[in-house]
Amino acid sequence: MTQSGERGPAPSAEPVLEVRDLVKHYPITRGILFQRSYGAVQAVDGVSFDLRPGETLGVVGESGSGKSTLAKMLIGLEGPTSGSIKVHGKDITELDRRGAKRMRRDIQMIFQDPYTSLNPRMTVGDIICEPFEIHGDVLPSSERRGRAQELLEVVGLNPEHINRYPHQFSGGQRQRIGIARALALRPSILVCDEPVSALDVSIQAQVINLLIKLQKEFGLAYVFIAHDLSVVRHISDRVSVMYLGRFVESGTDTEIYDHASHPYSQALLSAVPNPTPVGRESRQRILLSGDVPSPADPPSGCRFRTRCWKAEEICSTDDPELTVRPGSDHPSACHFAEGPLEVGGPR
Amino acid sequence: MTLQNRDSGDSSVPLLEVEDLQVEFHTRAGVLKAVDGVSFSVDHRETLAVLGESGSGKSVTAQTIMGILDMPPAVIAGGAVRYRGTDLLGLSPPERRAIRGQKISMIFQDALSALNPVFSVGWQIAEMFRVHRGMSRREAKKRAIELMERVHIPAAAKRVDDFPHQFSGGMRQRIMIAMAIALDPEVLIADEPTTALDVTVQAQIMELLAELQEESGMGLILITHDLGVVADIADRTAVMYAGRVMEQAGVFDAYAAPAHPYTKGLLESIPRLDQKGGDLFSIPGTPPDLLHRPSGCAFRPRCRFRTDECLTEDPPLHDIGGGRGSACHHYQEVLDDAER
Repeated sequence: MTQSGERGPAPSAEPVLEVRDLVKHYPITRGILFQRSYGAVQAVDGVSFDLRPGETLGVVGESGSGKSTLAKMLIGLEGPTSGSIKVHGKDITELDRRGAKRMRRDIQMIFQDPYTSLNPRMTVGDIICEPFEIHGDVLPSSERRGRAQELLEVVGLNPEHINRYPHQFSGGQRQRIGIARALALRPSILVCDEPVSALDVSIQAQVINLLIKLQKEFGLAYVFIAHDLSVVRHISDRVSVMYLGRFVESGTDTEIYDHASHPYSQALLSAVPNPTPVGRESRQRILLSGDVPSPADPPSGCRFRTRCWKAEEICSTDDPELTVRPGSDHPSACHFAEGPLEVGGPR
Repeated sequence: MTLQNRDSGDSSVPLLEVEDLQVEFHTRAGVLKAVDGVSFSVDHRETLAVLGESGSGKSVTAQTIMGILDMPPAVIAGGAVRYRGTDLLGLSPPERRAIRGQKISMIFQDALSALNPVFSVGWQIAEMFRVHRGMSRREAKKRAIELMERVHIPAAAKRVDDFPHQFSGGMRQRIMIAMAIALDPEVLIADEPTTALDVTVQAQIMELLAELQEESGMGLILITHDLGVVADIADRTAVMYAGRVMEQAGVFDAYAAPAHPYTKGLLESIPRLDQKGGDLFSIPGTPPDLLHRPSGCAFRPRCRFRTDECLTEDPPLHDIGGGRGSACHHYQEVLDDAER
């Protein structure tokens, strides 16, 4: 299933993360004292997946697709409206406070913006040691600074810089500090929400290489959320395409990038500029018309039908399920899922 | 291939020419050279991509051309910006205003903050006609609707009185473009026009810019950090690093055989299929602090082609033939290095 050699999951391994029918609706309310809700923003609406140790699931989608809400639910920053998230077989949505706190050791997050996700008034050492303060029983306080220095070394920073402040580091280095903090409690799952999109091109590759190295070293499972499709392809074993709160297509990286069967995935892939000018005159591009509909009032039936060139009667009445259809080898949520169009995109 | 003056009748005068531009910021910590001897030119129907990372000086260059640089703290220490042979830097403010917006106009990255939230979009587009063309309100509004149709805003006549917040990101960028092309400029500077947008919307906007250029024949200066966008629409590219142009070339040449180690490094750090899951090539280190620019070549500390010469001699932009330039002592070696 993966061509990445030593990387990737053992096929028989138990999933570390099982997500089933995850839903998050934010009620839209009116009134101050007597709030009445009249509808809901359906940010995430029925997402399911498994993640095994050492595996990377890439989630791609545009703004408003619900990918960040998904990340927040995975690490317990938002409670789901319904559905279950099982970490090592335990449903975290049903845990009490204490259980939830324990669970958070296992699933940590790397944030997009390395400038706002580090407290400017704390030293790097304090930032990395903070997880130990919160989870006091993990490590006795005498050993914490030493561990922080080890962590700095693991992410490729100078351990002697432990007393510096975040502003003394560049963007790429700050992102490394964020990664060291996420690793402090030895989690088995890392949720990376656009971890490199705030960085310069020449720095992005450095951070991606670090993430891959850490995954090999510690057997981490990644949920890798990004909009840069070529980066996602590079790091992911499996990829899911998200649109308006749903996974519209899931598969291995080749299944998605070379054999996309959902019209939205095809359009998304064809919209990404190829990093080579060769053949640009003859490139076919699917230009979607219009904008993403409001998640507060998604279209009936298939959510993509308002922008889809294949839409027919059935699309407005029947909501297509994410399932494998004849002629395709991976699940796709389209009534007319079919083989690849000859479109450009990162290959 | 003649890369310059492709279309203009008088082949000696490019439409817009930047020559040896120097912009400094005088800060308490010292003098920071944000733009340090940048030269390029753009002609009718031509798209020049200025490619660079944050801090490379690409936006400061654009602001200097446009004449919207905050001075102080910035100081233009030397060089020239010539529009049809006239040095804009020597003009009086009223003369400058006659060119800004009418002959050279600009669109910005963040359309929401570039538009005024308390006026309707129609009013803001029409303002161009009222102020510069002295049209009546009614006439100007009619023209505003035509422009909104030209940038493909659906139901333009109905939406002309809407406010910026009522539009999506892509539509707002279209409104910015409508304002920029209102007076039929000859040069359009697009500063990261699609960076804040989703890829499917980005494709729509780039398509629109190409279409408008096709119609009007304007010269387009596209400022971006996105190698994909450059490959997609540019004719030529100027790669900037630490306030300098490191390489200038036709886009096909630059991507097929880069002549500067920085360009080469950028292209190599794009993930490729055969590297899947392995180590990506990455340029080691970080861009220099411009207050403490390394001696010699600014890219030297990160460069794998460096020699002792690079430590002492700051390489000029060598003319390497074929309309290309490279600011590297070892450009021949870089060109020959066909590892990729």
